Amino acid sequence: MSTPPSMDYAVKTTALGKTYGKGDNVVQALKAVDFEARCGELLMIVGPSGCGKTTLLSVICGTLHYDTGSVSVFGQDLARLSSGKLTAFRGKNVGFVFQQFNLIPTWTALENVTVPMLLNGSSRASAETAASALLKEVGIGDKLNALPSELSGGQQQRVAIARALVHEPRLLICDEPTAALDAASGKKVLQLLKERACRPDRGVIVVTHDSRIFPFADRIAEMEDGQIKAMHGPGECQSLYV
Amino acid sequence: MLRLALKMLFGDRAKYAMLVCGLSFCALLMSQQTSVFCGLLLWTTATVRNIRVPIWVADAKVEQVNEVVTMREVEVQRVRSVPGVDWAVPLFWSILQARLPDGTFQGVQLTGLDSASLVGRPAKMLEGRIEDLQLPNAVIVDQVAIEKFAKRGIRLHVGTVFEINDKEARVVGICETERSFLGQPYVFTTYSRALQYAPLQRKLLSFILVHPKKGTPVPELVHRISTLGGLRAFSSDQFAWDTLIWYVRNTGIPISFGTVVILGIVVGIAIAGQTFYLFVHENMRYLAALKAMGAGFSVLAKMVVLQAFTVGFIGYGLGVGLAALFGNAVLRKGQPPFYMPWQILAFTGVVIILICLFSALVGLIKIARTEAAMVFK
Repeated sequence: MSTPPSMDYAVKTTALGKTYGKGDNVVQALKAVDFEARCGELLMIVGPSGCGKTTLLSVICGTLHYDTGSVSVFGQDLARLSSGKLTAFRGKNVGFVFQQFNLIPTWTALENVTVPMLLNGSSRASAETAASALLKEVGIGDKLNALPSELSGGQQQRVAIARALVHEPRLLICDEPTAALDAASGKKVLQLLKERACRPDRGVIVVTHDSRIFPFADRIAEMEDGQIKAMHGPGECQSLYV
Repeated sequence: MLRLALKMLFGDRAKYAMLVCGLSFCALLMSQQTSVFCGLLLWTTATVRNIRVPIWVADAKVEQVNEVVTMREVEVQRVRSVPGVDWAVPLFWSILQARLPDGTFQGVQLTGLDSASLVGRPAKMLEGRIEDLQLPNAVIVDQVAIEKFAKRGIRLHVGTVFEINDKEARVVGICETERSFLGQPYVFTTYSRALQYAPLQRKLLSFILVHPKKGTPVPELVHRISTLGGLRAFSSDQFAWDTLIWYVRNTGIPISFGTVVILGIVVGIAIAGQTFYLFVHENMRYLAALKAMGAGFSVLAKMVVLQAFTVGFIGYGLGVGLAALFGNAVLRKGQPPFYMPWQILAFTGVVIILICLFSALVGLIKIARTEAAMVFK
């Protein structure tokens, strides 16, 4: 059961614009996007390929520079941060779940999960303790020393979720978290996200093509051609599932 | 993170092996070839070390020890008259053909020692006594002569007789010498007998060997003798260095060895640089993910530099280790020449460090140019 969303904004963008290319090859990926994600909710961004979902996600988490407008994450205007401070801000406040998991293949599940804590200055011992506890929580406590290649797709995504949550970030960014999974595994992953990630002080943004997981969303932002075409509220998410 | 960086490196076994092999090969080629080069140059000065006197005097035109411009014997007296000279004795040195018992010929470095003092005698006798050189037709041969004669099926031993310039030479002893660049064995005899073996010439004195009186500095005596006119004196160290420099300047040896060393460096840079670039390139997705998760450039740079230097350190160790094994094996056989001073290890180490820096730089440029956002693509 999810926590009711608050009206505090985890992310707020105003007239956000981003273009790629130059001259005749200019592509306007984001066209004055006004958008907000609230604390405590699981917001999905959906839309066809090339509509700007990934660009919006990249800008929100501070991995891609934008051209116009503003982005604020938990009240922090990202434009005011230097490159180093932005990296540090991201390391502390943002957790990532990627489509291809991006688990380092030569590191064990435990080592992969410790990374965000190590990057935030935690000791190896405390990082391993926290990572171990979280891996047990997500149901793969018996695979701590397994390499990613020894895990199924669902198990790898659980490791990735543990890695995204281990340092207690305030914003969780998930890019197509079920794209590489079968239907059953995909649902389990979303259940896990809903249970572990959705908290009143945390925002969760999921970019997806997978309509099967729409019912897990609190709200759905529908994008088209670089703009938010529609925002569907809690009652409409179930009906978007086809 | 650094521990994990090493795990990342060791986990990609194919590239790790390729990097270590490339750098090992580079270090091996550089250290082995430069050691053979140094050994070869060292061989050029073997006569200086085999004779072991503090001051050598030669004709003023002489530039190095393997070059002889004969002098009149009266020059010995001139040198003896210089204040500070304790003693001065003549030395004959020339390459002559020895006729072996089977009728074949072998070039030898005939070294005629002062008959009375035997100054310049070999440092180590393996068989026989040095004093036996006073016996009629007596010669002492070195271990190289044993090898050379053995290749022709002749077992050289005390009592073997061969001919030099149609005159009998009877082996009364076998000594150990430092092998020389010229390759021919040393044959020691007395100065007076050496003159009998040598083809008749107006002047036959090759060098004058000098010892300073106690309290007379070698450089000062060298200077005094050199001012006599027509003569040139060298301290033994200076003579050795002049010989080395002469060979470096006047032969193609440095170019041929230098080419191989440069080839080693190029191969090292090509293999290590390219493989490391591929290693970084293939891990770019993961490095970008780390970047997205908050790894700053300095963290990633430390990881990449550590990875580059780890393979460099291991490759260096294996390369110079293999070169040392090669040296150990060849030194037992006596050839090819091999001399590995610490400067070669340092030189190889510096080159490997530069290759690692280059490789790391290639990777770092790639990382710096990559946006963390690529992780979403």
